[in-house]
Amino acid sequence: MTRRYPDDPADAFPRPPRSVTDGQGRTLSIDVIDTSSTEALVGMYERFDPAHRAQGIPPVREQAIERWLETILDADCLNVAARHQGDPIGHATLVPDNEGDYELAIFVLSEYQGAGVGTMLLETLLGHAQETGIEHVWLTVERWNNPAIALYQRVGFETTNSERFEIEMSIRL
Amino acid sequence: MSGIFDGSSLPDRMHVLLGVGGSELSYLALEETISRAEEAGDELTVAIFANEEVDAAPDAIEAEVTETLAASSFEATIRHIEGNPGSELVSIADRESFDRIVLGSGKRSTLGKIQLGSIAEFVLLNAQTPVTLIR
Repeated sequence: MTRRYPDDPADAFPRPPRSVTDGQGRTLSIDVIDTSSTEALVGMYERFDPAHRAQGIPPVREQAIERWLETILDADCLNVAARHQGDPIGHATLVPDNEGDYELAIFVLSEYQGAGVGTMLLETLLGHAQETGIEHVWLTVERWNNPAIALYQRVGFETTNSERFEIEMSIRL
Repeated sequence: MSGIFDGSSLPDRMHVLLGVGGSELSYLALEETISRAEEAGDELTVAIFANEEVDAAPDAIEAEVTETLAASSFEATIRHIEGNPGSELVSIADRESFDRIVLGSGKRSTLGKIQLGSIAEFVLLNAQTPVTLIR
């Protein structure tokens, strides 16, 4: 199965670390993270509203969250987190697939949604991907998840397959 | 009612159509369906098809299915589906009055997202028969 990507590469995205102000006037830091942030991230995912899970992630129980984070915080993945007063409130990840391309996922705690955090976090992850030399990024999103689809379109993702339950989108960096 | 089975704990006996296309999850579905069938006395038909998302020839799939059935000394009818697997499963179940379609699907990407295969999607949306998804 070969995935399609837009013909034209995206413009340059902002690179981490960044200090930003969200739509609610909160000052957030966005930076690259690795396994040393596992404990803080487990704390964030324990606060994550289970109703906002999508396609089976994030897992709900603590042990399952730890196992999942172990996979996606691996050295060959790219991870960026947004923190407010030191605690992570958003996390975006790029995980290599079997074809050398990268699958993307992003999570923002509900009380920080609708304030532009997702956009800033996503842009910073893609900026980090650009400085790492990654070219192809894809994702799938449930077709009823309009806020997420709008977010991905805003940063430049294009729909590449809409025949399935999930919409597939991709971007060329 | 007396006895160990009082009707509430005994599952209803069913005529089950299991689709196997050679994916890992389709073999898991076979094992789980056999276990349930042994317990409930289900009558099982295994429908083998070529899944374009999996690299497995129907003959190889049949050999695997036969071996698994033999290992649990369970007897089932084996048949092969030609043409569009999803649409064929739906029409066989409907035409031959099966009580349930069982399919294995929904593997996770490395990132952890569950992805249903296109055959499972088609069957879930179009079957007139209850569907059990093993994942």
